[in-house]
Amino acid sequence: MAALLFAIIFLPAAGALVLAFFDDDAEDGIRWTGVSFSVATMVATLLLLGGFNYEDPGIQPLVQADGQALESYVYAHEGDVLFDGEVNPVGIEIDEEGVVRNADGEEVEGAVLLAAGDVVHNGKVAEEVTHDGPLEAGQFRRGFASEWIPHWNVYYRVGYDGIAVPLVLLTSVISFLAMLASWSIKKMVKGYVILFLLLETGMLGVFLALDFFLFYIFWEVMLLPMYFLIGVWGGPRREYAAIKFFLYTLVGSVLMLIAMLMFYFYSADASADGSKIFNLLELARIAKAGGFDQNVQLIAFVLLFIGFAIKVPTFPFHTWLPDAHVEAPTPISMILAGVLLKMGGYGILRIAFPLCPWATQAAALVLVVIGAVSIIYGALAAMAQTDFKRLVAYSSVSHMGYVIVGIAVWKLGESTAVANPDQWRMGLSGAMFQMIAHGVSSAGMFFMVGVVYDRVHHRNLNEFGGLTLKMPLYSGLAAGIFFAGLGLPGMCGFIGEVAVTLASFSYSAFLAVVVASGVILTAGYILWALQRVYLGAEYKGPHEEALVPMNGRETLIAGTLLAFAVVLGVYPRLILDMMDGSVGLLVENLAAGYEAVAPAAEETALAP
Amino acid sequence: MNFADIIRQLQQDTYGAGAEPVAGVFGSSMGSLGLFLPELLLCLTIVLLLLVRLFGADRFVPPYWTALVGALAAFCAAVAEFYGLRGAAPETSVEMFTGLLVYDKLTVFFRLYLLLFLIFVVALTILSGIPDNEDGPDFYTLLFGSTLGMMLMVAANHLLILFLAIEMASVPSYAMVGFLKGRRKSSEAAFKYVVFGAGTAGVMLYGLSLLGGLLGTLEFPVVAERLAVAFSSAESVSLSNPAFATLLLALLMVFVGIAFKLSLVPFHFWCPDAFEGAAAEVGGFLSVASKGAAFALLVRFCLAFSTVPGAELDGFGLYLGLALGAVAAVTATFGNLAAYAQTNVKRLLAYSTIAHAGYMLMAVAAMMVLLHPPEGTADLDGVAAAIEGLLYYAFVYLFMNLGAFTVVAFVRNEIFSEEIDDYNGLVSQAPVLCVAMLVCMFSLVGMPPFGGFWGKLEVFAALFDAGRLHWFMWLVLVVGGANTVFSLFYYLRVLKAMFIAERPENAREARVRADSLQGLYAIVVSVPVLVLGVVIGPLAATVRNVAEGLLSAVASF
Repeated sequence: MAALLFAIIFLPAAGALVLAFFDDDAEDGIRWTGVSFSVATMVATLLLLGGFNYEDPGIQPLVQADGQALESYVYAHEGDVLFDGEVNPVGIEIDEEGVVRNADGEEVEGAVLLAAGDVVHNGKVAEEVTHDGPLEAGQFRRGFASEWIPHWNVYYRVGYDGIAVPLVLLTSVISFLAMLASWSIKKMVKGYVILFLLLETGMLGVFLALDFFLFYIFWEVMLLPMYFLIGVWGGPRREYAAIKFFLYTLVGSVLMLIAMLMFYFYSADASADGSKIFNLLELARIAKAGGFDQNVQLIAFVLLFIGFAIKVPTFPFHTWLPDAHVEAPTPISMILAGVLLKMGGYGILRIAFPLCPWATQAAALVLVVIGAVSIIYGALAAMAQTDFKRLVAYSSVSHMGYVIVGIAVWKLGESTAVANPDQWRMGLSGAMFQMIAHGVSSAGMFFMVGVVYDRVHHRNLNEFGGLTLKMPLYSGLAAGIFFAGLGLPGMCGFIGEVAVTLASFSYSAFLAVVVASGVILTAGYILWALQRVYLGAEYKGPHEEALVPMNGRETLIAGTLLAFAVVLGVYPRLILDMMDGSVGLLVENLAAGYEAVAPAAEETALAP
Repeated sequence: MNFADIIRQLQQDTYGAGAEPVAGVFGSSMGSLGLFLPELLLCLTIVLLLLVRLFGADRFVPPYWTALVGALAAFCAAVAEFYGLRGAAPETSVEMFTGLLVYDKLTVFFRLYLLLFLIFVVALTILSGIPDNEDGPDFYTLLFGSTLGMMLMVAANHLLILFLAIEMASVPSYAMVGFLKGRRKSSEAAFKYVVFGAGTAGVMLYGLSLLGGLLGTLEFPVVAERLAVAFSSAESVSLSNPAFATLLLALLMVFVGIAFKLSLVPFHFWCPDAFEGAAAEVGGFLSVASKGAAFALLVRFCLAFSTVPGAELDGFGLYLGLALGAVAAVTATFGNLAAYAQTNVKRLLAYSTIAHAGYMLMAVAAMMVLLHPPEGTADLDGVAAAIEGLLYYAFVYLFMNLGAFTVVAFVRNEIFSEEIDDYNGLVSQAPVLCVAMLVCMFSLVGMPPFGGFWGKLEVFAALFDAGRLHWFMWLVLVVGGANTVFSLFYYLRVLKAMFIAERPENAREARVRADSLQGLYAIVVSVPVLVLGVVIGPLAATVRNVAEGLLSAVASF
């Protein structure tokens, strides 16, 4: 398993290294090598599913002292009983007094009541540890870790949970499809494919890293290739767009760096042995126990949130996105919208929330407002565009707004940390699903724009029309993908949006109205765009003769994306089942983390 | 003690015969001279270079071979001492030449650093063809002389040596800057450099004499004790005490001299002009070697003033740290902002050098603050981490800055220009140089996975740690972070020209293949930048060891 994770992260980089020795002119060979490495990576990520334990909401895999991944273990739920090496054996029940009885009603001895989160392996409750000392037999560690910079406590630590796995799969699939879409790149193919593969390594690393430092490294590693991919292979204003993208993200990274240092130094005060750590799991545990006080949490949360919000991007930080999208070549737009934006959302869920539970609640209202503004603003801006690609770009701002709303609808109860945990869970699940759905549909939409741009070399919405007659297959597939983006029931966009909208009801009815109206605006701009591009009697722009039907490669890409959009829309449990447990665990931990810090605040407030 | 005794002691100290054992690779039999072997080898090389010229043998043996062999020999001698770093190193410092120099881990580290760099520079000059055979002996004599001065700087244990070493390092560099004879810009740059250097040297000397007069000693290890005696009461540490005012003035004057070597704002004016006028090879040499040596000296100087715990001067050390932090923040900001307007790559790199001096000074500032917390005792781990950051940064800086200047030198040889606009589209003709430049520049920005990132992270971490003692350091940290973003602009301007712009039709060809010697050199210099960003542990542990050794040797905590 360690090897598999290593392979997933570094296969693309290995491909880049291999390609460095290729002859510059062997363009087709370079492209196919690139494709084969991205296919290999995709296969590796699919293998990940084989070892995925749907019952275990925590970070996987569980690793034994000898470093081997544990294949079979059971994750206990609240009230489970362990008896004779079996969890909840037939006939064993707990009565009202909490006594364990067998089918005959007799009290049984040697039964162990399990708590949620206990791990049972070989008939024993495993003592679960995540610290990085040497493991003794019977001890376990989540994910894989090996020393990197010993005296700074930096580890190469990777693992995944239900939140990361869907995104890893999305990344590898979208990367593969984008690589297939890269035949339109004619200039310096070798450099392009090398950078593309390095980018893929960065993205996969971000989703699998469990050490803050490692996460940061991958986060930054992905910046360099992206800058050049936009800057060298982009459109006319590519230099401007590329540096804008770089600059925005770097600002976010610097803020994240400062937050990382904060946690590193403050963890020494809270951890058992006074050591400073970058371990995200351990940091989250400290935060859950209330180890970071309110000021630290608030400052760190603001720093982290801005850093990630730039990437998402949400309303005030979004201005890099339309420029980057419009100038980037089609496959890179697919990657940008399909994967890169998700890294922001993932960062919030993996780092900002678990490490600052109190601040998350304190900022919930602000987050919700930011998300709602993004939804409405993005939709209105999309409606005003005449550039096809810019329209799709603004639609991303709008769609990612749902993600922010969904993750932030954390309402306090009178006496509990969460008023209606199920609602919030739904919001989080909806947000996660929305990320995946948006990854599929926006990559598809950008690809569809790219197909027509490759033919007629313009994207002016007012100069299209009548494409249905000229390219019927293309138009049909495009209509399907755009409907997925619109959120048509039965397609992937619907599930996420409706879950977020419903969840937002429990937070505030007014919010739900705002969020729901976003759905209407989305329908407005997408239908209008479809009408201007695909319907109508005749094509109004230049290069009419170039409007030839799609070739097989293009059909394959569009068809795959549409198929995903339909499958996820019809059977969302494919993803939801995977992340359900992890999302629930996140809610529990955040609530516990909030309660650990909140009372302390009231006491200090009362103190003179 | 009569005269004969003094002479005998001096002999024992120098040759070591019969003296108490001196820890070191060469054992007790060689005394100070044995420990001084790398420097002696450099001196020998200088003599050889001049003799070869005298007898006209330079037509048969090109001077650069002599220089390369000499540098390698000195390096090997220093490597032999390096193996003491992690094993049988002197755990305490050993004084050489009756206390004028000190031999400790920091000395060994920086000797190695300077000599490694010297080898790289000599190799670079061989490949780039500056200087030609005719001027070779002159150039290498100056180069070796300057390096010798820097090696004395890093080992300085005495205020007098501090001055002599700085001058010994500076005077040859004035001549090197003006080495492109007959070029107006070069002569002007050298002249500016000399005038500036002479001025600051005078001020520094005056400061040193004040210190000497005030404390009655010039030896670093004694300075702290004397300070504690001179300022034993709280009342004595105030501006109304003339002695304290004199101390402040003296320190300020000494810092002027060091700031000139480090090109800190406001003593940076010489730097862009000197770099623009000088050959890129000389620019690379000055930007790395003299910075490294001056920082080693600065650390020693600062530590010399802060080794007595609990003295009344503790608050003074804190404010010294804050002042350094302020200078560092201003320097980094100024360097980065001024670099943005440059059109000449060497000038741009000169401002970048200024900015990086600012970053590295932040580590020294953090060190001082951590060493003098407003309350409680100093956390020596934190202090060692700050020094570790400085040393790691300096070591990566060697490769990344040399790499950048290397590319400038090679490109100049092809297109005879150092303007950014003439770099347009170079990637199509000299991809290896462009990729080397990319690696070096992103490392200069501080992007992972390049070594510059880890250096910067360590410095920032030290700043954060220091910020917990005094909020001002957090401000410095924020400025440092903002500077990282500023700096992106101008480095990207060069890379944008190289990678994104098209090569104009009528531009000169600059074909440098990856398998040419130039290409290989560029690879050899830039690969360590990447390696140091990925395999961080060994070097970080080594420099931590150096830092801890320095603290345990200097401080009597």
